[in-house]
Amino acid sequence: MDRTKSQPLVDASRGVHADSADEFRAQVREWLASNCPRSMQQPLADFDDRCWGGRRCVYASDDQRVWLERMATRGWTAPEWPLEYGGGGLNKEQAKILREEMERIDARPPLSSFGLWMIGPAILKYGSEALKKQHIPPIVRGEIRWCQGYSEPGAGSDLASLQTRAEDRGDHFIVNGQKIWTSYADQADWMFCLVRTAPDAPKHLGISLVLFDMETPGVSTRPIRLISGNSPFCETFLDDVRVEKNQVVGGVNQGWEIAKYLLTHEREMIGNLGKNTAGAKSLSELAVAAIGVDGGVLRDPSLREAIARWEVDMCAYELTAERVVDEARAGQGVGTASSVLKYAGTELNKRRFELLLGIYGLDALAWEGEAFNNGLLASQWLRSKGNSIEGGTSEIQLNVISKRILGLG
Amino acid sequence: MALILNEEQRMLKESADGFLREVAPVEALRKLRDERDADGFSRALWQQMTDMGWPGILIPEQYGGLAFGHVGMGQISEACGRTLTASPLFASAVLGASALVLAGGEQQQALLPKISAGELLLALAVDEGPRHDPSAVAMTAQKTSSGYLLNGEKQFVVDGHSAQILIVCARTHGAGGSSAGLTLFLVDAAASGVHIERVIMADSRNSAMVRFKDVAVDREAILGDLHGGFALQRQVLDIGNAHLAAELLGIALEVFERTVKYLQERKQFGVTIGSFQGLQHRAAHLFSELQQARSVVLRALQGLQESHPDSARQVSIAKAKVSAVAQLATNEAIQMHGGIGMTDELDLGFFIKRARVAEQLYGDQRYHLRRFAELSGY
Repeated sequence: MDRTKSQPLVDASRGVHADSADEFRAQVREWLASNCPRSMQQPLADFDDRCWGGRRCVYASDDQRVWLERMATRGWTAPEWPLEYGGGGLNKEQAKILREEMERIDARPPLSSFGLWMIGPAILKYGSEALKKQHIPPIVRGEIRWCQGYSEPGAGSDLASLQTRAEDRGDHFIVNGQKIWTSYADQADWMFCLVRTAPDAPKHLGISLVLFDMETPGVSTRPIRLISGNSPFCETFLDDVRVEKNQVVGGVNQGWEIAKYLLTHEREMIGNLGKNTAGAKSLSELAVAAIGVDGGVLRDPSLREAIARWEVDMCAYELTAERVVDEARAGQGVGTASSVLKYAGTELNKRRFELLLGIYGLDALAWEGEAFNNGLLASQWLRSKGNSIEGGTSEIQLNVISKRILGLG
Repeated sequence: MALILNEEQRMLKESADGFLREVAPVEALRKLRDERDADGFSRALWQQMTDMGWPGILIPEQYGGLAFGHVGMGQISEACGRTLTASPLFASAVLGASALVLAGGEQQQALLPKISAGELLLALAVDEGPRHDPSAVAMTAQKTSSGYLLNGEKQFVVDGHSAQILIVCARTHGAGGSSAGLTLFLVDAAASGVHIERVIMADSRNSAMVRFKDVAVDREAILGDLHGGFALQRQVLDIGNAHLAAELLGIALEVFERTVKYLQERKQFGVTIGSFQGLQHRAAHLFSELQQARSVVLRALQGLQESHPDSARQVSIAKAKVSAVAQLATNEAIQMHGGIGMTDELDLGFFIKRARVAEQLYGDQRYHLRRFAELSGY
């Protein structure tokens, strides 16, 4: 890694030294100005514009690689994680400043990964010291790409009925079963996987969360072709896969608690998709460009009202996401907000794509040809249908709200 | 600004909630309705509100007010939604006081201490038709040697029957439909040529049809700038709409909580009806919408308090969103209660009636969606 290009203002191993928030902000601003490549200072046009890291990572550009390296060196790919495992060691206030300064210059996230969003936080919360030392630093540096082995053909919404079994062989388990809807399993290096370790226990009490390398003999993957034409998900087959016992996170048969914790993270992530893929232009700006205005009013009045209603709803959703953060910071959080945000956010994202079809008409439904971006919009529209299914369907979120918050049942 | 209440605002919210539930619950409105009260609100309650300083919450301290701001007043508006409390608070302390604070000359601001003291009641006379349209002003103010002569008619003036001073938008220049050439006047409700007719609305609250026939006012009656009434009125209406949104939020939350309680208690087929997924999901959806309604209301109130440059848009977002959520909440409340929900004995009817009146006042959800689009450049 080229350390001469990026000159940290402070020694990364000793954290950040700034007497005040303003001073810290000034330092961050200056560092970003000299370290964030120009081409990395524009909004993500698409989910696929992200850098996912991993052993087989193919960088979209040199700038993307350099940006990741520089941020990883400071631990700012994971700003709030502890310094001792390579994280940024920032407090909430500082992390917010970093986020704001990155947003100010439209800096792209240097790294997107299930390691950062899901298994990393779970290992930090539930994992042994050895697991933290082994797995956290490579996640921060984007060296290992993780995938999630949760759903099975017979265990979707009813995840706890999963059947993949892990037999105790003394110092290791032998795992057999099948996972499905494993995001990017064919490009991932390691899997975090829910397995049944106590087949006779009640279904929630016999589950463990284990980690293994996707190169372990017996692991094979097969991409699933979706209606969008893409294959972001795989089937993963596990045939006599050896998993060391020290790769169990949080104790044998304790997996369900961690699974629930991770599902909360996943919900928040998916619920936020609308925001991340919205890009620089708003729906109404796109509509004005495509359809035009008459006396300042969009030419299609019924589409105008539908777009206005969506933008108002989107605004209400974004403010709610903001309010949840502010309440948590003030110690007034309710903890069950993730179901509301997941439900509302994914439904909004689906509506957004339906409105884009309304704006672009048949242009949006052309499947091939350079003139139509090779069907990119049609593909994104179809992909959005999965948002309210993955990570707990909308109906599951409504179940959670009515049972845990409203006390109905 | 963080989207949370500070300590003082939380305390005000709690005390307002507690006070109104005890002193002015829905039964109080029912009583006013059944007794066909001449004022349509309780003078004793108004005195108690005055003792707590509520009429002066938006008024600067130098005029006897508390200068507590829109977020604080919004908590009272929300609490009034929960109890459907009828009082001059909205017409006088929100609309009237704001108009005078924003634009009043020295002589006119001298009226503010009387508003703070609960002695002076005002009403805003905006619309001339049943659907809100602030530029459709046919009412004229014709210049005379000593002042102006007002002629025209205003409809659905909130609490116009009990006001002592009317704030009236009239045309001093240009043609109907144009927002230019409008001026606001302070008019004595008892002045010769002013005819006020009380109209009791579906929500048991009051509005008035007001006719002006050759009503003479002097030049000092002009509030704000000559021909500059539209912009001023717009600011006042934004404030009104933010507080109506807060009230609608209170209404929606209250009927929702009452409905959830009913779902937990009412038994059919040997189980509570809240155990049916068909109802659970609808209740959960409503909960999700209410959470979002709360966020837009708070942001709109904060925007007004800080004079945020985007505050007009924030208000339209709030009014549009909360109106839609309140419609859903009140409709679902009746449906989920079943037959009992249709009875006058249960309070739900009062809530749905007030929700619709509050939505229609100063622009319903569609009006504010259009305004949002307009302010967003499409």
